[in-house]
Amino acid sequence: MFRRSALALGSALGVVLASGAGFAQTGKVTVVTSFSKDVTDPIKKAFEKAVPGATLEVQNRNTNAGVKFIEETRGNNQVDLFWASAPDAFEVLKGKKLLSPYKPKATGIAEKVGSYPVNDKDGFYSGFAASGYGIMWNERYVKANKLPTPKDWQDLAQAPYFDHVSISAPSRSGTTHLTIETILQGEGWDKGWRMTKDIAGNLRTVTDRSFGVPEAVNSGQVGYGIVIDFFAFSSQGAGFPVKFVYPSVTTLVPANVGVVANAPNKAGAEAFIEFLLSPTGQEVLLEPTIRRLPVRPETYAKAPADYPNPFKDKNLQGLLTFNAELSEKRTAAVDTLFDQLITFQLEPLKAVTKVLHEVDAALKKKDNAQARALAKEARDLIAAMPITAAQAASPEIKAAFTGGKQKSARQAELEQQWAAFAKEKYTAAKAKADEALKLAR
Amino acid sequence: MQRSPGQVALALAIALFLGVFLIVPVATVVYVAFTEKGGGGLTLVNFLDFGRTDLFVRSFWNSVYVSAMTVVWASVLALPLAYLTTRFEFRGAMLVQTLGFLPLIMPPFVGAVAMQLLFGRNGSVNLLLDEWFDFKIGFMEGLNGVIFLQAIHYFPFILVNLSAALRNIDRSMEEAAQNLGSHGLRLFRRIALPLALPGYIAGASLVFVKVFDDVATPLLLNVKEMLAPQAYLRITSIGIDDPMGYVISVVLILVAVATMWVTALVMKGKDYATTQRGGGGLARRHLRPREQALAYAVVILILALVLAPHVGLVLLSFATVWSYSPLPDGYTLAHYTRVLGDSSVYIKNTLLYAGLAATIDVVIGGAIAYLVLRTRLRGRQWLDWAASTALAVPGVVLGIGYLRAFYGVNMPDGTPLATLWIVIVLAIAIRRLPYALRAAYAALQQISVSLEEAAENLGATKARTVRRVVIPLMTGGLLAGFVTSFATAAVELSAVLILVQSNSDAPLAYGLYVLMQTPAGRGAGAALGVIAVLIVAICMWLSQLAVDRSQRARGLDI
Repeated sequence: MFRRSALALGSALGVVLASGAGFAQTGKVTVVTSFSKDVTDPIKKAFEKAVPGATLEVQNRNTNAGVKFIEETRGNNQVDLFWASAPDAFEVLKGKKLLSPYKPKATGIAEKVGSYPVNDKDGFYSGFAASGYGIMWNERYVKANKLPTPKDWQDLAQAPYFDHVSISAPSRSGTTHLTIETILQGEGWDKGWRMTKDIAGNLRTVTDRSFGVPEAVNSGQVGYGIVIDFFAFSSQGAGFPVKFVYPSVTTLVPANVGVVANAPNKAGAEAFIEFLLSPTGQEVLLEPTIRRLPVRPETYAKAPADYPNPFKDKNLQGLLTFNAELSEKRTAAVDTLFDQLITFQLEPLKAVTKVLHEVDAALKKKDNAQARALAKEARDLIAAMPITAAQAASPEIKAAFTGGKQKSARQAELEQQWAAFAKEKYTAAKAKADEALKLAR
Repeated sequence: MQRSPGQVALALAIALFLGVFLIVPVATVVYVAFTEKGGGGLTLVNFLDFGRTDLFVRSFWNSVYVSAMTVVWASVLALPLAYLTTRFEFRGAMLVQTLGFLPLIMPPFVGAVAMQLLFGRNGSVNLLLDEWFDFKIGFMEGLNGVIFLQAIHYFPFILVNLSAALRNIDRSMEEAAQNLGSHGLRLFRRIALPLALPGYIAGASLVFVKVFDDVATPLLLNVKEMLAPQAYLRITSIGIDDPMGYVISVVLILVAVATMWVTALVMKGKDYATTQRGGGGLARRHLRPREQALAYAVVILILALVLAPHVGLVLLSFATVWSYSPLPDGYTLAHYTRVLGDSSVYIKNTLLYAGLAATIDVVIGGAIAYLVLRTRLRGRQWLDWAASTALAVPGVVLGIGYLRAFYGVNMPDGTPLATLWIVIVLAIAIRRLPYALRAAYAALQQISVSLEEAAENLGATKARTVRRVVIPLMTGGLLAGFVTSFATAAVELSAVLILVQSNSDAPLAYGLYVLMQTPAGRGAGAALGVIAVLIVAICMWLSQLAVDRSQRARGLDI
């Protein structure tokens, strides 16, 4: 009986397999993207209208999974385009020879947006829209808890923000990675990490999905979130009581599209890129659910009044020049440092931060030089880094993550060392802070 | 009970199936755990690193603690529901059984959002508590939050298997005990509970392993210091070449197999089978009015707790804006109109995939249970263990394994095998096979061999005995397995996400994922989630109806 049903099942599978074949059609452009339906649907509609006979087949995967998918299926590639935000992902694909170069014919596209070049210098991928990072907050939450309105990154490190801030882990979210990298480049390695850890001491959560942060802010589970601008804009578009601000140290980064190597429909892929960069394609970006910043300056004339314009607005111009090469060299080190020093040590870090806020409050009432000195020592202990900027970008450290020959230690060993380092420093800092609090009271 | 060529062929066929669709794909990925990063020969140094890393060791013990505590709390939720609905004349028993199953079908992502809105730090419950009494309860904080949610989420495993087992107990056992003067709790403790033990153990071991290997719930609470989330985070972010993620996967697999092995040890040497059949299970007694009131109060209380997330989901699907308030600002149908157009293809695919996968699971699970319990084939236990490892294999690992193993294989027209939707079905079937297997195993353990021996003595062939005796008696258990596999397959995401190649082949869970990529999409996501839950609920209610009918048909009236 079982055998018979197993056989029947086997033959049923055979029939199904045979009938499932042969669905490829001409004019189908397959794209792997991390963009949501809200973004892809209007663009798909406009593209199919603009290029008759073409259909856009959208495969939605998050950025990392998309890269992995293209890598795993390279021997038998069925995908025409890769379409996502993080330039890092395109660098990875380019490094693995999974993209084929294409120079768009469209004219009138800006060379730079903010201070970031729009297109890859080797022509493997093209920017079609820009986005920047900032702080979003829930107005109801802020009002109910009588909290302040932030203007800059440093504000988030202040006492009132304790336990009210959320961020996604840079190892999980390309956008957060760029935010942290921007802070590190803008403030320098040591000062940048000090600031990052000061803010981290106030964190409520470190989420593992980038859209976990706007979700938590929208629903009022946390007050403030560090997010990419369109998360905030599309939340506002959906009616949530949230606000957003670009801090002074931010950078605009292009979202990109590139042709996958050995694309089955190369002509279709190129047509899609041309469409994205065309005036019609750029205007679609202004829709309330998409809200990306076009790379064609003339498109802003059609934008609503309060739309940010990186080619005009002062606060979005002449920002930090983002060094993509440096970023690429230390990507793994920065992500792992964040995870080992912050994500997985959040409890001890928060414990000492809480005491330090109390010390500050006590010192304001009645100054005490000794307590002040102890608090500073505690802050220095928190800020201490297990490796220097030069080490982070060194080939030895990089090799530990990529499995290269020059490595001095295995990745797992490095991680354990850094975690132990952080734990020891935070414990010592807690002792100092406790002592300071006793003196200050 | 000697081996026949048919049994050998069956065992080989199953071994081949598991080999091709489970072991080989997983091995193509997991072997990384045994190599040094960046190539090089085989090594065990990665396992040493595992033991030396505080984070991993801490995560391991956290996982053990959470899994064990979840089994305890899930039992507390499941026992009353199972006992009351199977042992007493209880109006609405079928409804309770169906509703009690719903928590298992929590659509990914939106389920999490709904929970946060209800039980989160600023969820409805806490906002109200804060307003009236000036305090909040950290339902969703830390490890205890994980236990709370996991117990609600996974207690149906115990409920379903225990109920099936209770229904299978021969009433004459109980009558005998009653004749000897036993009643009440003592009767339950000494007769019903021990005889239902295979079902309870099947459910409890599933809960333990499932919680140990679950990624979604801890991550929705932002608890990362557990073993399965560590594996998931490493594999999906640090990179496919990093060995540690796979080292953790190997540890997860070992824990799953060890759990099944310990379960087998506990059950070994005990006989749970009863011969007298045809009685239609336990006699259902009438409750006295006061008992009845109490019973209803208990059932309603438990259902209110475990269905709260679904209430939240329904609210969310009709909500305009719901932010930092006990209830939404307003209500709308817009989310449903938005998803209705897209969802028909998702619904069709989901029913097809989950139905096929659950059928495969019941057939193979039933066959493995039969081979292990009723034959003496050498190595038959390995089939059980191999199938059980599927519980512990992270969905991403299976997905990537399928890409590696099958993407290079072309169909006659040149499209890769891995792009066909049937591959998604196979992946889901493999992931859900352990559920059906445990249910079939428990069902067969309760059937006495002597019934089959009698049939064979009367001249029936092995195949005929299986068809006419074993399968009819196992129906309840097999159906429980089908329902569990089907319902959970319908909301499976992790492996599906990697294997879906086009929107027209995508199931509901994928549609949800796509919608949830933006903050503007959670209402629509919730609407799609409600549709998913409704569909699965209707299918389950129908199958409950079928069980009830079949029991009545061969039950008391004869």
